[in-house]
Amino acid sequence: MNGPHDMGGFTGFGPVRPEADEPVWHADWEPRAFALVLAMGMTGSWNIDTARHARERLPAMQYWQSSYYEMRHHALLLQLIELGLITAQEEETGRMSVAPAPVKRIARSGMIPAILAAGGPSDRPGTRPQGFATGDVIRTRNENSDGHTRLPRYARGKRGEIVAVHGMHVFPDSNAHGRGEDPQWLYTVRFGARELWGKDTRDEVCIDLWEPYLEPV
Amino acid sequence: MPHDGDHDHGGKPELSPIALRVRALESLLVEKGYVDPAALDVLIDTYETRIGPRNGARVVAKAWTDPSFAEWLVRDATAAIASLGYAGRQGEHMVAVFNSPETHNMIVCTLCSCYPWPVLGLPPVWYKSMPYRSRAVIEPRAVLREFGVEIPDGRQVRVWDSTAELRYLVIPERPAGTGGWDEERLAELVTRDSMIGTGLARMPA
Repeated sequence: MNGPHDMGGFTGFGPVRPEADEPVWHADWEPRAFALVLAMGMTGSWNIDTARHARERLPAMQYWQSSYYEMRHHALLLQLIELGLITAQEEETGRMSVAPAPVKRIARSGMIPAILAAGGPSDRPGTRPQGFATGDVIRTRNENSDGHTRLPRYARGKRGEIVAVHGMHVFPDSNAHGRGEDPQWLYTVRFGARELWGKDTRDEVCIDLWEPYLEPV
Repeated sequence: MPHDGDHDHGGKPELSPIALRVRALESLLVEKGYVDPAALDVLIDTYETRIGPRNGARVVAKAWTDPSFAEWLVRDATAAIASLGYAGRQGEHMVAVFNSPETHNMIVCTLCSCYPWPVLGLPPVWYKSMPYRSRAVIEPRAVLREFGVEIPDGRQVRVWDSTAELRYLVIPERPAGTGGWDEERLAELVTRDSMIGTGLARMPA
């Protein structure tokens, strides 16, 4: 989808503001919001792609005007209510009025180190033939799907060169919508800034793209 | 500060609207039994005190002093970094990109805020901000100037947009005048920003 999250190439958001000796948190509620997002993710009620898609589906103005942890909080609420884990009324009152829905796992404190250490690798074995090789020139598809995609708007319909092959990885466009992991070949593709932006420069952008985003030139 | 926490009103602390919402959600999710409050504390402590950019600095310093480790980083950064004990969530598939006199590398995630947590910790606010995410790919040199970094015209800037589950770590150039330094001393020169590519390693004092 062409959501508010797809930021590459926008102007108008002002300068980048580096902060000297930046603290990890900027308000007491931020670590709580951060930990709630992680802990609810660990219940196995959704995957990383559905979580990203929830953020993308927030109203554009809300997305752009929220701080990062506010945005994550709003997206978490969206998921919890959609999945029936909480109701909007419960969110309002902060008190349970409907029995809990079953979840796959409750992450107890003692389980956290092992869960973080394991992470969530996205590489998968598979037998699908590899369509491209390092050095191949490709063109990205010009697709404007309604669903989740990791092909940024600024890199659609552009010519690039495969510079690395990473094996097969979970395909977000499928996994975000409950259609399974559908592993696809993943490549790093190098684009010239001239191709992307029409700029007279040798600078480049490298983007990780799955095979269904690409077509041969 | 638009999102600060408690304000003092006649001695009674008043929470901001978002702070109240987060607190209400936490008590609801605990009451429903979905989250263990002690697990929340462990998660916060982990990223506040245990995992941060000193991990990445150790990777860089080792790459500077040990050519076989640098070669391992090129070949399989995930395994090389895991050999120092840094692995797991948001670092499952690592790629190390090396700065050189020809190329300056810089990392961004235009679509969200992907960042290599095991080696750098949680990302700074600016990395997750709209200005950085929007401009890093279209005008990286202007963004770098806002960090006080000027890349010579003859040196190419290569921006890596982390659109998949690969996580990137920039290996900055080793500063001149550090011959014979050990890893520990070299790691002091490796800033977080130098491993994102929005900075360079510190020059020796």
